[in-house]
Amino acid sequence: MSTSTEFPGPVKWVDDRLGIAKIGKKNLRKIFPDHWSFMLGEIALYSFIILILTGTFLTFWFKPSMAEVEYQGSYSLLKGLHMSEAYASTLDITFDVRGGLLMRQIHHWAAVLFIAAMMVHLLRMFFTGAFRKPRELNWLIGFGMLFLGIVEGFIGYGLPDDLLSGTGLRITNGMIQASPVVGTYMNFFIFGGEFPGDDFVSRFFIVHVLLIPGIILALVTAHLFLVVYHKHTQYAGPGRTQKNVVGYPLFPVYTAKAGGFFFVVFGITALMGALMQINPVWLYGPYNPAEVTAGAQPDWYMGWLEGSVRIFPGFESTFWGITLSWNLIIPALIVPPAFVTLVALYPFIEGWITGDKREHHLLDRPRDVPTRTGIGVAFITFYAMLWIGGGNDLIATHFNLSLNHVTWFLRFAVILGPILGFWIARRWAISLQRADHDRLMHGLETGVIMRSPEGKYTEKHQPISTYEAYSITARDRLVPHEIGPETDENGVRAPRRALNKARAALSRFYFADAVQKPTAQELEEAHEHAHDADEIHELTEDTETYREVTSDRS
Amino acid sequence: MSDEKNLPVKSEDEHGTAVEVAEPIPDPGLEPHEPRITDIDPKAADRVERQVSGMFGLATLLVIGSCVAYFAIPRDSIIEFGPLSGNANNMVIGLCIGLALFLIGAGAIQWAKKLMVDEEISEERHAAHSSPQQIAEITEAFQQGTAESGFTRRKMIRNSLIGALGVLGLPAIILLRDLGPLPGRALYNTIWAKGIRVVNDVTDRPIKPSDLVVGQLVNAAPANLAPLQEESAVEYQNAKAKAAVIVVRIKPSEIRTKPGRENWGVDGILCYSKICTHVGCPISLYEQTTHHVLCPCHQSTFDLSDSAKVVFGPAARPLPQLPLAVDSEGYLVAQSGFHEPVGPSFFERG
Repeated sequence: MSTSTEFPGPVKWVDDRLGIAKIGKKNLRKIFPDHWSFMLGEIALYSFIILILTGTFLTFWFKPSMAEVEYQGSYSLLKGLHMSEAYASTLDITFDVRGGLLMRQIHHWAAVLFIAAMMVHLLRMFFTGAFRKPRELNWLIGFGMLFLGIVEGFIGYGLPDDLLSGTGLRITNGMIQASPVVGTYMNFFIFGGEFPGDDFVSRFFIVHVLLIPGIILALVTAHLFLVVYHKHTQYAGPGRTQKNVVGYPLFPVYTAKAGGFFFVVFGITALMGALMQINPVWLYGPYNPAEVTAGAQPDWYMGWLEGSVRIFPGFESTFWGITLSWNLIIPALIVPPAFVTLVALYPFIEGWITGDKREHHLLDRPRDVPTRTGIGVAFITFYAMLWIGGGNDLIATHFNLSLNHVTWFLRFAVILGPILGFWIARRWAISLQRADHDRLMHGLETGVIMRSPEGKYTEKHQPISTYEAYSITARDRLVPHEIGPETDENGVRAPRRALNKARAALSRFYFADAVQKPTAQELEEAHEHAHDADEIHELTEDTETYREVTSDRS
Repeated sequence: MSDEKNLPVKSEDEHGTAVEVAEPIPDPGLEPHEPRITDIDPKAADRVERQVSGMFGLATLLVIGSCVAYFAIPRDSIIEFGPLSGNANNMVIGLCIGLALFLIGAGAIQWAKKLMVDEEISEERHAAHSSPQQIAEITEAFQQGTAESGFTRRKMIRNSLIGALGVLGLPAIILLRDLGPLPGRALYNTIWAKGIRVVNDVTDRPIKPSDLVVGQLVNAAPANLAPLQEESAVEYQNAKAKAAVIVVRIKPSEIRTKPGRENWGVDGILCYSKICTHVGCPISLYEQTTHHVLCPCHQSTFDLSDSAKVVFGPAARPLPQLPLAVDSEGYLVAQSGFHEPVGPSFFERG
């Protein structure tokens, strides 16, 4: 390969205007580490691209209008029925535009996948501690996208103006109406008057196709820019340190792998759109505020909000001429935003508790930070209990249970479950740490049993490889945050003492019981000890020497 | 390795409680690269080349196939194949395109994994923050800019600018005022009024007490609703969203009447708002034996024999009851409108 100092014609034209060699030099061979869990965010990115492509196709035929028309399309069961143009054009896309149903279904599957991928990606970030400095801002950007994605999905669900989507909006309308002071006004401004009115489809449409996707696109750009700037995190291992990133170059390996993966994701969503029915709006009929289908479910990501309002008891206060609907204010307007805020701010909370101000580029294994892992499981359990609540009727009918019992169970489980989940996960992580510790200190169990002349049975252990041993020990040694003496040398009390005490207590709790990795000395001693055990095996023939050894040790 | 190195050492940070320590095991460096079969055996590499190009080739055929299917399969033809039933045109186009996309992706990944160089490369990382020199430079430049503008010195300019920009937010909010009318009394009223007949909401026929047997529940609407549809679709929908009712006939001995509502029923026929007091779904599941009606959205359960009080679920208030009477022709009519707002609660409801 000869290296040329001049670009060929067309590339030169571009370079003369953009200086692409200067930009490309740094990034063409940029290194990304390889791990399956790094693909989750990619799935989210690719489903977003698929959503833009299929969504654009749908806008060519969809009419975002609530004007009443008489349906005259080719679906005979609804022929002659009065409905909004939005619903009629959705039926046209489904039955009269070739490939329209396919695109609608790919669009819906990709939306479901988009949010699922973002959420699993978020869990990966959480459990590996990838949100730590310097990536806290990217965690928040990701959170913003997840939030907007959920709103986007829900609004898109409302656009076809079928019975199910109208019911979803009716519920949203009822929740907004419960907001103290401003609820009724907000509803009248959002819906252009009373529900359902004839404004929301055209208003939600522009939010769905322009406003939110535009913001998400901007956030995606920022998100990816920061990934490139910070360089990707990596799992600890031989040769992988805080100061480097080990993996394959963007060109050609990741161009092929990530580019190929886009086609795989697109291919799978296309196959799902072709073979698996989703949201068959023609079966529900046009929206009618006096009708509803039993056992109806929203898209999966709305399930936890639905569950939250389902399991909350019917509390309401009326006084001084006002009504406070606690049965909506708490489960719909306080709990979900508070929970989301808590998770979104977690990196800052953890950073404050641990007092850790360093940059982190090596990922934690979940077991190595047992308290964080426990908190993560508590979050998941809380979410899961609410999510199950969203299907309490289906659970009752499918498993022949009393709906009231299911609901009462969840009312307790939503509080006790996370505590139990936290405790189990934390202990589990600590046990895994202990298993790692044993493996490191005593080696592998070989299954070979030895007998000493005295009749003592021991199992022969074999040391693990240096690479594995290094991977196990390549993690932080975490100690609780210390707050220093109560008073300084002049007897002046330290400022903000109570806050710092609380912080130290939290920090102790955070690191309590976690297994520290051994020091080199401990490891050396353990290995010498293991070596002794091996010698027993060799010395068994020479009983006298063996006795000497044992007497020495006792 | 000497012992002292292994003691936890505090990092330089004031709050650095996570500690840097000497590793118990020194970094052995990257594991040696193990060649793949395709690196050693040219035949294996050629085989992978054929696989990859085979996938790309098949993808080409499938894409062409999808174009053929678009024109060849009538848009209304149906495939009936067990669980795989549906519109044939959509399904075949989707299958061809989906498989083609998948094969393009799988081929590219196979190519990367089996044929492209797979030796790991290490790249240096740099701290995210700027260097002290950069900080010094930018600070100086910023200070120079601030000084040249006089922004900090001429406080009147600064403050008046902040004020002008601040009030810009006002029109941004005020201009949205016409998004909707003010609520007024809209949520308090329905189109029910004295003497309005109760009609079946499917047939639009007025209902006589004799039409209902004990245990029967009928979805109903006010007689003045249907004519609205001709006038304005949106008025019709809005009115319906509040005026929908259920009419139920219960054995009079099983009814526990609330004081003041003794004459609101006709021979055990009672009428309630169909709109759930929780978030406004139309309630719809009726259980004859218990007289319970359940909202399918959030499972609030109301006892129709006991003034529709809440017996389970998240709703807080009973369903509003519509007082019934019989008109001169023997049809059910409303004695008056609802005595309270129907549907979900709102702040100023009282």
